[in-house]
Amino acid sequence: MTNNFSFEINSLLVALPEIFLLSSIVIVLIIDLFLTSKFRQATYYLTQLSLMVTGILSFNLIGHPETVIFSNSFILDNMASVFKVFITGSSMVAMVYTRHYLLQHSLYRGEYFVLVMLAVLGMMVMVSGYSMLTLYMGLEILSLSLYTLIAIARNRSIAVEAALKYFVLGAIASGLLLYGISMVYGISGSINISDISAFAHDPSINSRDTLILNFGLVFLVIGIAFKLGAVPFHMWVPDVYEGAPTSVTMFLSTVPKIAALAMLVRILVDGLGSMHDYWSDLFLALSLLSISVGSVVALMQTNIKRMLAYSTISHVGFIMLGFVTGVVSGYGAAIFYVLVYVLMSLAAFGVIIILNNKGYEADQISDYKGLSKNSPWFALVMLIVMLSMAGVPPFIGFYSKFSILQEVVSAGFITVAIIAVVFAVISAYYYLKIIKFMYFDESDKDETISAPMDIKLILSINGSLILVVGLFPDRLMNISMSLL
Amino acid sequence: MEFEQILFYLFSFWFIASSLAMILSRNTAFSALFLILSFFSAASLWLLLEAEFLAIILILVYVGAVMVLFLFVIKMLDIEDSTLRAKFTGYLPIGLGVAVIVIAEMSLVLGVDQFGLDVVPQPIRHASDYSNITELAMELYTIYVYPFELAAVLLLIAIIAAITLIHRPDKRAKKQSIEEQVNTQAKDRVRLVSIAPYKKKDEQ
Repeated sequence: MTNNFSFEINSLLVALPEIFLLSSIVIVLIIDLFLTSKFRQATYYLTQLSLMVTGILSFNLIGHPETVIFSNSFILDNMASVFKVFITGSSMVAMVYTRHYLLQHSLYRGEYFVLVMLAVLGMMVMVSGYSMLTLYMGLEILSLSLYTLIAIARNRSIAVEAALKYFVLGAIASGLLLYGISMVYGISGSINISDISAFAHDPSINSRDTLILNFGLVFLVIGIAFKLGAVPFHMWVPDVYEGAPTSVTMFLSTVPKIAALAMLVRILVDGLGSMHDYWSDLFLALSLLSISVGSVVALMQTNIKRMLAYSTISHVGFIMLGFVTGVVSGYGAAIFYVLVYVLMSLAAFGVIIILNNKGYEADQISDYKGLSKNSPWFALVMLIVMLSMAGVPPFIGFYSKFSILQEVVSAGFITVAIIAVVFAVISAYYYLKIIKFMYFDESDKDETISAPMDIKLILSINGSLILVVGLFPDRLMNISMSLL
Repeated sequence: MEFEQILFYLFSFWFIASSLAMILSRNTAFSALFLILSFFSAASLWLLLEAEFLAIILILVYVGAVMVLFLFVIKMLDIEDSTLRAKFTGYLPIGLGVAVIVIAEMSLVLGVDQFGLDVVPQPIRHASDYSNITELAMELYTIYVYPFELAAVLLLIAIIAAITLIHRPDKRAKKQSIEEQVNTQAKDRVRLVSIAPYKKKDEQ
């Protein structure tokens, strides 16, 4: 038997962030067992420390030459390192908001932080996955942690229902994805992305192989669309967003999108890039449906978490539109869009969490009436986020939409761009409705909102980043464009 | 027809029939038993493919452990049959329609034209001393060591998740406190109450 297996400890150094994170997960898990209630905050600080060190280790690997280890199943390139830095960074921000929410709703448990770290590990595995098996394992590590995180508020039946719904639909999506992987494996004879790519790029590939590759591709696209929450595979998104505790909604709506995008790039661009003609049509249909359904259905929502869910669906449509173009700059624009979306969404959920008073979820849109009088600063942050999500110029959300549309137009899809703009204008209505509630309506309750210093500080930085990066977007844009 | 072919069609028929019966059965316990039968048929098919290890594992782990546990769960939950079937007929037409379209489209691709013996050659049979397990182990602990470790992480999550969701410190639980039992005093156990003597009225 030919076995080209080599094992060198030095070669494992490129996986140092993952190794460190897994070790610290196990250590934090054990430490948390022995903590008395007096020191239970230690779990939170240890989690932040572990995530920070993981981020720094990933940051140091930026610029490292492209390396493939573990027999072609783990890749370290610039995209992987940069995404890992963003994943750990945004998870740290999410954790600051999360702790406030958990303490308010007496959900604070050590397992919560361990599960978040495991989800981060799953995402890092996905980002670095270079074989279908590794990508799938990463996805399952992420999903399993998220299912548990949703159900962690087990006394709320709506949360348990959301977790179960997500679990069942996630299992179906995994099944479809695996079926697609098995077809691609069956015809190409390998699960490594590089081998599949070589097989698909081979000019002597016959029509039968293309047919079966295409057959598997359809299931792969469905599986990815399920995970991204694109229409018509979006049914779980609003229910899960509404049912999950707000801190979990924030986490699952932001960071995993980066990992899902990375998986999309690895499978469809790195692996099946030569099949672009086949999957771009699917993507075109998925993205137009997502943009239209996401924009129109959100108009009727009264629950802000459901509204943000539909807004996410329409953002996902824009992200997928970047992949329709089939050029590297279009993919770069999609990456830029995802990073911007994470930044905006974190701030939006940060404000929602701050407005949660003890045991009370401020998840109705009418809860935002007269917010500018009670707490002008949070209202201002929310104003920035909403304007940015609507795509109003000085803010970062404008540039993300603009760069996608620019690429779409230059690729020749002018009608598509016009449709996207029309629905973006329609969606501006519900973003502006919140601003109207905050600034022009009278509050029916009269209470000032108090929040600890750390969350105020992080939220202010988060909000102002939306403006600052919006004024100087070229740096983030250059990073996004250089990754592929 | 060779004997192997007869076996293949027999196991395949069982597999499909028991899977259908699992879905259509009204009794949840029967569904679980039909699922066990379909696991057995799948394991037999794998044996025909010379994947002995996988076949045995399927029976040992899924039939032996998972499904037996599942049967316990079903017996404990006592699910109301009518709630399960409430929307079945309502969703039946659209579900059936979608299923027929998907099956028709898939059968266009997954036919003899693409997977016939003239296109895909028959796999070569291994000698009788060929060890499936050795081959698997060689691959699993060398080339696939990274996914193997990740599977371990997945199991860790499953443990954490199960404990997080199920474990709840129950205040009503009657736990034995040994410390309290040892330190107890005679006066804690016996309470002497002085009651004034009296006679029942009808004895007078």
